[in-house]
Amino acid sequence: MEHNNGDDRHDLPDLPVDLLRGLTSQRLSRRTVLKIGGLGGVAALLAACGVSGGAAATPTGSAGADATKQYWAGQQNTGHFVFANWPLYIDVSPNNKSDHPTIDQFTKQTGIKVTYDEVIQDDDSFFGVIQPELAAGQPTGYDLMVITNGIYLSKLMQLGYLVALDQSRMTNFDKYASPLVKNPSYDRGNTYTMAWQSGMTGIGYNPKLTGRKLTSWQDLQDQAFAGKVGMFADIEDLPNSALCAIGVNPETSTEADWKNAAAWLTKQRDAGIVRQYYQQNYIDPLSQGELWASMAWSGDIFQANASGASLEFVIPKEGAPIWTDNMCIPKYAANPVAAMTWMDFVYQPRIAATLAESINYVTPVPSSAKFIAADAAKQSGADRKATESLVNSPLIFPAPSDYSKLHRYRVLTEDELTTWDSIFEPIYQS
Amino acid sequence: MNARLGARLAPYWLALPGWLWLLVFFVIPIVVMLSLSTQTGDILTGFSQTWHWQNYVNGWNEFSTEFLRSLLYGLIATVLCIGIGFPVAYWIAFYGGNHKSSLLFLLLLPFFVSFVIRTQSWNFILADDGMVLSPLKNAGLVSPEFHILSTPVAVIGGLTYNFLPFMVLPIYVALERIEPALLEASSDLYASRAASLRRVVLPLSMPGVFAGVLLTFVPASSDFVNATILGGTNTTMIGNVIQTEYFTNLDYPVAAALSFILMGGLLIGVFAYARTLGTGDILDMAAAS
Repeated sequence: MEHNNGDDRHDLPDLPVDLLRGLTSQRLSRRTVLKIGGLGGVAALLAACGVSGGAAATPTGSAGADATKQYWAGQQNTGHFVFANWPLYIDVSPNNKSDHPTIDQFTKQTGIKVTYDEVIQDDDSFFGVIQPELAAGQPTGYDLMVITNGIYLSKLMQLGYLVALDQSRMTNFDKYASPLVKNPSYDRGNTYTMAWQSGMTGIGYNPKLTGRKLTSWQDLQDQAFAGKVGMFADIEDLPNSALCAIGVNPETSTEADWKNAAAWLTKQRDAGIVRQYYQQNYIDPLSQGELWASMAWSGDIFQANASGASLEFVIPKEGAPIWTDNMCIPKYAANPVAAMTWMDFVYQPRIAATLAESINYVTPVPSSAKFIAADAAKQSGADRKATESLVNSPLIFPAPSDYSKLHRYRVLTEDELTTWDSIFEPIYQS
Repeated sequence: MNARLGARLAPYWLALPGWLWLLVFFVIPIVVMLSLSTQTGDILTGFSQTWHWQNYVNGWNEFSTEFLRSLLYGLIATVLCIGIGFPVAYWIAFYGGNHKSSLLFLLLLPFFVSFVIRTQSWNFILADDGMVLSPLKNAGLVSPEFHILSTPVAVIGGLTYNFLPFMVLPIYVALERIEPALLEASSDLYASRAASLRRVVLPLSMPGVFAGVLLTFVPASSDFVNATILGGTNTTMIGNVIQTEYFTNLDYPVAAALSFILMGGLLIGVFAYARTLGTGDILDMAAAS
């Protein structure tokens, strides 16, 4: 740092005296008048800046099918696509975390290169990032993205921001996809989406610290766990889980149910049971013992245990939300053919098995189980045990009895959403 | 004549890029935001201008707690920054000798690490059974239930830590400019060291303190990272609310209205402070430091 004697710091710019006085005095000078005039101009400008909605009238029925056919007829395989995904949501090679064997194999088989970006932290902020570009008619730079079924996926569909898929390029999907993700309630006929993975939102806990088995959402109201319980700071999992907790099926819940669920959550918070409302960062405090129990995603607990934690995951007896993360193609994507080639590629049971072994969520391909079993047979010791446990895990291959307890998120209209937000947001945002 | 006119206009031409920058990246966005803040609608049908000033009233009514909490946290963090930062700046300015540059570099060194990572690292340091609390608990100095994370203390501590250098640097610059001769004169006139500090150093350092307050209070009050990473229940700051309104609820008008209320609150705070300093000319103060 240079020492500056600062001889020049109080020098005023060489301005006419009258202007200087005008700048420093309070009287109504010509400048002020101009400023006030300017305000009028600003007001006119303010009135002019609207934000247009994008609710595009998406063609439906046969017109839609024709438009889709036409769109795909005009597209060619560009030999490359950009894939936006969530962190830790694909297989990695054991020696190099930025190398993904499944992608390598895809490139080898099809010649299509993949730019893999782990840019999605949550659906809402990713929507916030791509929405202005799509609204302005600009490409987002991504050809494939993974969005959870729910508020933001519906918005993307309603706004016409997704490319309708080419149903003729879904041969593996048609053959191998599980009933859970075929023709789902949030995207009839898989018009816009194909599932990447699914998962449950339940309770993750450390049995050593809780001292007992947890089986119910009511366990998260136990005063013995005061200050040791984590809940989610979100507008989807938190409310839907609370609805399950009060014994209501979220899919068919009413506004009165929402208020009861909110009361259940508020009671829990005000009794000092909740330590914090977490976004993605609950798993470290849970592994380190700062949390004894927390709302959790099934695959996270599995992965934490794989890296040395000893946590349990339970689908509470009252039921729990099940969600699906979906691959979809944003409007104006430059490489849709390459993206669709990948989307169908991952539905081969062999590929799905590799992915499931690595990410531990509910695979969309049930027949991948036999490949996982075969992989286990090739391993030995602890590795073998771990891989075998995947095949029998209800968290990866849920049984029909599990499905009866699992509920989809409440589908909300725009008006309902406003009410929903105003009921649930003040709970976690306090 | 022409040449003289050219010479007189030259400063304005030279300032043109600055004005354009301000126009494109400050004036236009702020006009758009101001417009947005009185619109109604939703993301599907679009937002249109209806002069719905009620957005401001609703925003305030619903989130006044978070507003006041943010200003309070910002204020406490700023005061703590002055308390910690002034002695540091003083020491570097008057006793730093030949090492001033190195010391300032050390002060800035943490800034080479990402803001989020720096904050996240407090989660390791202050963990319930981490390197700080675990020995204290073992020694029986604090109860086993004691924790710092997920409390207001953690959030304010994070704010103080993250914005401290913004306080130290301007105070340092102000102290560095004090002529040693002034201090000699003061002691020649039989002022004690304490009196010199109080009557010479402190008044001359005020422009630096003022600039430091601007640079810490404003961003600290609108911060949302510290509350997210270090906070618990009842520590939500207004920055978090604005983020949720914008990204989660897609309620752009209310998010914009909340931003303007925050801006208003901060401006009032800063001007009130400038007044109590005994000068109305805030720009002169800022320019001098």
